[in-house]
Amino acid sequence: MPTIHFILNGEKVVAEVATHATIVEVLRDRFELYGARESCAQGLCGCCTVLVDGTAVSGCLYLAAFADGKDVTTIEHLAADGVLSPVQEAFLEAGATQCGFCTPGFVLMASQLLKEHPDPADDDIRHYLSGNLCRCAAYPEIVKAVKLAATKMRSGRT
Amino acid sequence: MATLTQVGRSVPRLEGEAKVTGRAEYVHNLRLPGMLYGKIVRSTVAHGRIAKLDASAAQALNGVYRVVTIEDVRKVIPNPFYGPAFHDQPILAAGKVHYVGEPVAVVLARDPHVADAAAQLVEAEYDELPAVFDEVEAMTSKAIVHEELKPAGTFPDLKHLKGRRDTNVALDFHLRRGDVAAALAQADHAFEHTFRTQQVLHLPLEPYVSIGEPTDTGLTIHTASQSPSFVRIEISRLLGWPENKVRVKVPYLGGGFGGKLYIKLEALVAALALLVRRPVKISLTMEEQFYTLTKHASTFRIKSAVKDGRITARECEVWWNGGAYADIGPRITQKSGFTAPGPYDIDNISIDSYSLYTNLTPAGALRGFGIPQLVWAYESHTDMMARALKLDPIELRRKNLLRDGRPQATGTLVKDAAIEAVLDRLALRMNWRGPFERGSGSVKRGRGIAIGFKASISPTTSIAIVNVAADGSVTLYCSTVDMGQGSDTANAQIVAEVLNIPAERVKVVHPDTDVTPYDMATLGSRSLYHMGNAVRLAAEDARNRIAALARELGLPEGSNVPVAELFQKKYKMQAGNIIGTGSYIPSYVPPDPNGQTSEATPFWMVGGAGVEIEVDTETGHVRILKLVNVVDVGRPINPRIVETQISGAAVMQLGFTMQEKMEFDAGQVTNASLADYKIPSILDIPIDMQNEVVEAEQGSGPFGAKGVGESGTFAVSPAIANAIEDAVGVRLTALPLSAEAVYRALRKAQGVPLEE
Repeated sequence: MPTIHFILNGEKVVAEVATHATIVEVLRDRFELYGARESCAQGLCGCCTVLVDGTAVSGCLYLAAFADGKDVTTIEHLAADGVLSPVQEAFLEAGATQCGFCTPGFVLMASQLLKEHPDPADDDIRHYLSGNLCRCAAYPEIVKAVKLAATKMRSGRT
Repeated sequence: MATLTQVGRSVPRLEGEAKVTGRAEYVHNLRLPGMLYGKIVRSTVAHGRIAKLDASAAQALNGVYRVVTIEDVRKVIPNPFYGPAFHDQPILAAGKVHYVGEPVAVVLARDPHVADAAAQLVEAEYDELPAVFDEVEAMTSKAIVHEELKPAGTFPDLKHLKGRRDTNVALDFHLRRGDVAAALAQADHAFEHTFRTQQVLHLPLEPYVSIGEPTDTGLTIHTASQSPSFVRIEISRLLGWPENKVRVKVPYLGGGFGGKLYIKLEALVAALALLVRRPVKISLTMEEQFYTLTKHASTFRIKSAVKDGRITARECEVWWNGGAYADIGPRITQKSGFTAPGPYDIDNISIDSYSLYTNLTPAGALRGFGIPQLVWAYESHTDMMARALKLDPIELRRKNLLRDGRPQATGTLVKDAAIEAVLDRLALRMNWRGPFERGSGSVKRGRGIAIGFKASISPTTSIAIVNVAADGSVTLYCSTVDMGQGSDTANAQIVAEVLNIPAERVKVVHPDTDVTPYDMATLGSRSLYHMGNAVRLAAEDARNRIAALARELGLPEGSNVPVAELFQKKYKMQAGNIIGTGSYIPSYVPPDPNGQTSEATPFWMVGGAGVEIEVDTETGHVRILKLVNVVDVGRPINPRIVETQISGAAVMQLGFTMQEKMEFDAGQVTNASLADYKIPSILDIPIDMQNEVVEAEQGSGPFGAKGVGESGTFAVSPAIANAIEDAVGVRLTALPLSAEAVYRALRKAQGVPLEE
């Protein structure tokens, strides 16, 4: 089994991983991180989203071996110091969660969006979030949350 | 009513922080020491006898713990058949398979990948039998799904079916009121149409998942279930154990929508765990959800008589495609079936509603308990009548609306149903009397409305416990499952209102049948009303006991001493509890042989929808420009959560209306993945979506509230079909309203139909 070295949520880690293991399996089985969740297993629903070097990937398709030398961020890191990130805060305030199963994926994808587009147009929001599915369909609230987060972040609350 | 401070406030979800940080607990995340993973081997034919089942190659694979078949299951559960209405579903196929995807065997392994690989090595051969897939054909088909009917005995109206052979009818419900034939004979006009709906599925993003865990005292089942109390009772019945040996624990659910009800994987993991004396987890894949439960496909023939603009009679014949096992289908057939004529005041009514077995994935409740299928038909039909009579569709409806105090088809007098208010607000929000831009060139615009209503399934029971600790902090114990609808928060608000504390300070204990009391289930929008009433009674009981304690301590009436001081005075230290209990069951009168009853339901739900659309006549593509949802929820306990329930329900129904459809080939689902079965994404949301709750109050509800989870689904489908006819003059009578279906209808109307 290959050994990989990577940064996980700000800390250097080492793991032996099977060649077929996906990052979402390794996060769950090796590091007890459950916020990235495998649902469709085809990279189509976004529930397993994690950030690799700041870019959202579908953790169910991303082989753990590829993470060697990379910087991996999961939902657990966004409020690591006990303070919610502006995106998390905005999701709470806008009521943008229902069952919550897809929420970590949306929060991470929205975080990447706002890093790249601090003042996103509606089309940007729809484009970035079109790969994340919410069966409860909290989409209108999610759009509101992203806009609210953008305002929070622009006003310096980062 | 005194001023309310907790009810009517948009309290943020109590578990909101756990959800945005990824820490919320789901069974999906749960792993227990020594746990085995189970992978299900599934039937590849729609109907057949199992001729051979050879697990030797699978058993020989390195890492396989054991392969289990029904013969093994019988060692711990001798009579392994379950179901809420019929005891028809085996834990694993017993001699026969009844649909493609039916569980036949299970492979257990420490490593789930090993279990997956080994499941491919189990060899099964079948002697195929004739199969039936269509609900109308199933009425007369020679292909019989079950040789003998086995009603569970729970419901009196199923008793006559016991032992019946050579039929696929799992329930026939009939209602007769007035004289339909006479009214038809005297009518100015009669209209008759037939409508169909397709198989779709719940598709929660957390697929079905359960763990069985043997314990010293019995068995614990950790499960993503909407009905923990039912699971406990049914598993203890299967095992022949007292209820208290079975513990069912449910954390948050990653969506449910009616899928995670009754028994899904629970009986299987119970049997497996007891067989191997280790915890066993089964997590279904997305694909396997297509082999677990669907929404009923349906066919509805509806006929109306009209005289002087009044609907004088309505004849309804509904066939429900129940799939291979009855699940809750027979209850849908009756409890929703009796609303088939719609929210109209019609003197002469006949309803025949049939629950049918077919060789497809079993069907059950899906966000509406059959109502969206019925509203689809009666509101398309009502609109077609208005068009034929050259009447405004809103005026035709208004003239015939069922108003408070008037008898519904069952004879039950309607009470607290704001049907007219919903219609009025819909007309206003749609600016129905205003000018409307019809589009130009190849893109045409149209608009449509529809309204529907639903009775609450009855009679059902909820029980709650409110515990006030010695420091005055409050804990609520109830078995309502929060699957995203916000029940924890709403119930906390009810407790908080009664006890005059902030809702944020109430802790809600998740369902754990060792701890939380009985609740029928979280389904059919029943919980806020039934559990809400029980919670209110429990909180009032606690409040009365606090007052009694104050009296016992010699304090003057209304002295308002903090609860913590009362405990301190009584016990001389921080000690003790006050326990309040509440139990609620509404009154109910079973229907007579003609379906007549004075009390069919404790409350009515009303939902209306209006849409403006654009149809591209060159492609058939329909774009929803505006979607207005107006509902009667009584008094909203939490306005913001109520709004998300309305819009979420409407968007889910939008998926069932425009795009979702399970495709079958000889009973095999051919699009069982998110790649091929598309649910609504953020790109499918109408730019202009409005949600409104009408001013209303449910007199018998907790603080005037009633259920809201489904009302947004009722009217979406027919509103869009009505708008399509308004835009381009073609009428679609089957869902989904795909671009292909619209384009085919356009070509047919032009006299140049496309080949099938």
